[in-house]
Amino acid sequence: MTKKKFFHGVRTVILIIIAAAQLFPLYWLFTYSLKGNVEIFSDNIIGLPKVWRWENYTTAFTQTNLVKYFLNSVFYSFFTVVIAGFISAMAAYAIARMEWKLKHVIFGVFALGIMIPAQAALLPLFQILDKTGLKGGYLGLLIPYITGALPMSIMILTGFYRSIPREIEEAACIDGCGIFRCFISIILPIIKSALATASIFTFINTWNELMLANTFVDSEKYRTLPVGIMSFAGQYSTDWGLIGAGMVIATLPTIVIYFMLSNQVQESLVAGAVKG
Amino acid sequence: MKKMLGRKRYVAVFILPALLLFCCFTLIPLFISGFYSLFDYNGIGTMTFVGIKNYIKMFNGDRYFPTAIKNSLLLVAGSVFIQLPVSLILALILAKGVKGEKFFRTVYFLPVVISSMVIGQLWLKMFNSDYGLVNFFIRMFGNKDFDYSWLATPKTAFFTTMVPAIWQYIGYHMLIFYAGIKSIPTDYYEAAQIDGANKRQVNFKITLPLLAPVIKTCVIFAITGSLRAFDLIYVMTGGGPNHASEVPATLMYTNLFRKGLYGYGSAQAFFIVVECLIFTVIVNKLFKKAEENASAI
Repeated sequence: MTKKKFFHGVRTVILIIIAAAQLFPLYWLFTYSLKGNVEIFSDNIIGLPKVWRWENYTTAFTQTNLVKYFLNSVFYSFFTVVIAGFISAMAAYAIARMEWKLKHVIFGVFALGIMIPAQAALLPLFQILDKTGLKGGYLGLLIPYITGALPMSIMILTGFYRSIPREIEEAACIDGCGIFRCFISIILPIIKSALATASIFTFINTWNELMLANTFVDSEKYRTLPVGIMSFAGQYSTDWGLIGAGMVIATLPTIVIYFMLSNQVQESLVAGAVKG
Repeated sequence: MKKMLGRKRYVAVFILPALLLFCCFTLIPLFISGFYSLFDYNGIGTMTFVGIKNYIKMFNGDRYFPTAIKNSLLLVAGSVFIQLPVSLILALILAKGVKGEKFFRTVYFLPVVISSMVIGQLWLKMFNSDYGLVNFFIRMFGNKDFDYSWLATPKTAFFTTMVPAIWQYIGYHMLIFYAGIKSIPTDYYEAAQIDGANKRQVNFKITLPLLAPVIKTCVIFAITGSLRAFDLIYVMTGGGPNHASEVPATLMYTNLFRKGLYGYGSAQAFFIVVECLIFTVIVNKLFKKAEENASAI
């Protein structure tokens, strides 16, 4: 019995050490975002701020372009989630429910899309967007983001369609009610939970995306938060408090969503991995 | 309803938006990449067909590429042999049901939802030689004048970038393992209990074998994720100092967008894709037997 107790103790210690390792860097980020340079660089590297300098946040919001970048990121993420969600719900419906010859091939093509690293198509994508005049505007990033979100959403949604019995929608969609009306008023509500799962996956990826945003956007006007913070960190490299505040602002939306929907977030990222 | 679902026009309307986007902005660019990789091309001048010369040049005539491959393989090893075992142990503990199970699950997973740019910047500061947390702790427990510059020293630069790379996704794999363990039917455990199996026997004879397909998924995911790694290294070192921490993706990025070597850079991009495919096939082969055993239980 003492041996058992001992093992339980070891187990708990492991859990706590790793939890501390996961949390401590984030705690540290939060504290230095509220400190001035004197504290960070001399006497108080690790403790809570002696003076809580919320002005780091005020400065980040008022004297930099951060608000603009923040709104841009909201814009890209919102439209990517909505448009990619709708398009994938339709495509997955066609794959899971409609009768046509090539559906298995097309499904395989999208499945392959999950495997392909984004960077493999980076240069030609850059050229295509440049030639069509889309590069350098909102669409220049929005279109690749929507496209990038499709394979995973289609996988998740197709799997879900296949798991629900056809009778439900057949009973609801009486012949004569057109397929489009049926899709919007009956099918979409049925797949709500799977759509939420796919949307969270899309949101986190879009909000955090760095490589495309860094390559395809030249003008500050269309810049996203991750790239903004990166240039911001270069510009104010000595002012850790200010950079920290910017980073907390960039992170907060995903953390808030995560805490609000942690079960659904976890489920969606597991769905993403298991299907890939 | 049946009749309606067979109509070509409806099929087209439902599938075409996704398919067209995917073709125009993923598939066609991918093929163009493969095409460019066979040419000597700088984007402006003429394209000269060089066959597989670009691919040969990567291993024979590029000073940095072998290092980059070595680094990415180190990251693969770190992910498979450090990150995954830690995740698996955590999942095994948590799935048994401990106090605060949900709290720990939530905490472990937290870094996953944070952008790699923020993670990179944060760890850049963690490893800062004067004010970073890492050296601060080392100074606290011993060497009072420790101001080693982890990221500015070629020998340690890449290992240092590996730390957050492994750190960030521990919770991710933990959760996949956890979900996998939870989906094992309880009958197996009840049967084992009746047969008088102890905990370790249960873990090694039941949980792990039945988890084989999930472990395979995680291994593939960890390997391909490491082979294509870019963001963290780009943010933390940019491949430096003196190209010591380059990986294939950072070299590819420099070649394509800084040096304008479209042909050669595309070959490197394509190399990463091929590498991922080869590793996936190998891992699938390796796990084939384990999965057969699992289905025999």
